Amino acid sequence: MDGYRATMTETQTLLKSPLAAFHQEHGAKMVPYAGWELPLHYGSVADEHVWTREHGSLFDVSHMGRIRVSGQHARRFLDRVCTRLVRGMALGQCRYSLICNESGGCLDDVLVYSFAEDDFLVVCNGANRAKILAHFQTVAGQEDLKVKIDDQTVSTCMCALQGPDVMSLIGGLSTEIPTLKRYRFTVKNVLVMKIIVSRTGYTGEDGVEVILGANFAQQALGMMLKRSGDAPSIKPAGLAARDSLRMEAGMPLYGHELDESIDPLSARLDFAVKIDKGETDPQEGRFIGQDALQAIAEAGPTRHLVGLKLDGRRSPRQGMQVQHEGETVGTVTSGCPSPTLGHPIAMAYVPSALASSGTSLSVDLSGGTPATVVELPFYRRS
Amino acid sequence: MSSPADRTYSESHEWFHREGDLVTIGITVHATEALTDITYVEMKPTGTELSPGDSVGEVESVKTTSDIYTAVAGEVAEVNQSVVDDPSLVNSDPYGDGWLVRIKVADAGPLESLMNASAYDSMNG
Repeated sequence: MDGYRATMTETQTLLKSPLAAFHQEHGAKMVPYAGWELPLHYGSVADEHVWTREHGSLFDVSHMGRIRVSGQHARRFLDRVCTRLVRGMALGQCRYSLICNESGGCLDDVLVYSFAEDDFLVVCNGANRAKILAHFQTVAGQEDLKVKIDDQTVSTCMCALQGPDVMSLIGGLSTEIPTLKRYRFTVKNVLVMKIIVSRTGYTGEDGVEVILGANFAQQALGMMLKRSGDAPSIKPAGLAARDSLRMEAGMPLYGHELDESIDPLSARLDFAVKIDKGETDPQEGRFIGQDALQAIAEAGPTRHLVGLKLDGRRSPRQGMQVQHEGETVGTVTSGCPSPTLGHPIAMAYVPSALASSGTSLSVDLSGGTPATVVELPFYRRS
Repeated sequence: MSSPADRTYSESHEWFHREGDLVTIGITVHATEALTDITYVEMKPTGTELSPGDSVGEVESVKTTSDIYTAVAGEVAEVNQSVVDDPSLVNSDPYGDGWLVRIKVADAGPLESLMNASAYDSMNG
């Protein structure tokens, strides 16, 4: 059996989550991921997936990079590296953005939290943390910007609570948090703990993401679970369910739908690219990759990310070829048997001419399985 | 949990159980726990000739698709239709009703060089 042997690599140099004891107590299958040892699942990926959609789950996402960016030029610096506008963000607002290279390829996708005019937090992908830190240092140095770049990943813990029951559970702990709008955050002080709570997530469900000091994480989790009583509606879920949930929600994952050779316009992330940044207000500045992305926008991307719905029961996987009338036209970036929809789904890059809904394609499994282009997301909560 | 002592094990988490010239192949609890819910099983059809190290088919879970390998040469004699119809049997009874495929072998010798149950369990210890 292969496939999962790749996950059975050396464990001695891996970073341990502040919640490692909690995972062990709950029977987690721990695997190396982005330099961390994290729960893949606690018994059944499909059950965790469905429980998240119907009730709610706790995901340990401590591997996500948490980089504090502050100082005199912090805003100017972030508007240089982020495709989205950071100037004018309200305090307490989160904004999804790409970080691009000069050719418009994605170095990462991130969430920027605005704490003050000169104080921000950038949450990046765990696997890209070292690359993004190096990129930030380089840009700050080259452009002589006064900015403090502080990697707070290891000193903090990050969890996501996602699902329809989450906000009512949290309502018992805080009256303010359930009033937060999507993509807003607040900082709560609980005893001596400072907790950042944002109404954000990566599953397609309502919920929050929480960042707090590593030392207090286990204690805070204990308090919350005590609240939820003997028949908890919130259960732990692992990275595998997080992956199938985000696929159904049509959300990109770096290393699959995004990489340094893929531009955000082809990935249909136009909303996260302020393509005319700095053109009407020079205070905004221009971002790295803007020239390249303007050229792509003008010509129109040659390929697009699409959703595919497949016939049969076999699941497409990253790297499989997409065909049209016998010709290979594209590549699958992610796929799984969708637990919510009951049929296999995939995301893939195909030529823009073949990207409209209803187009008939096939994927090279079992000698060519019919696949139909469908609108993303596959799943939208009611 | 100890693996059954009546069979041998590969490093890639398949088990092999010989009765006469038939060898039954399945995957271990260690493998099913890593894969979790198996959603699809497809084995090579009856009559397929296999060499040691060949893939005898694939199992899929939500997370991944995995090849299953044979450690012995032979010919596919029987595919377990019950697991094709209900892949969750592989999870619920991996050493019993959740077997995958039977192959007819000329020489079961290579199975002797695989791990016995205690060696396999200590590898995963």
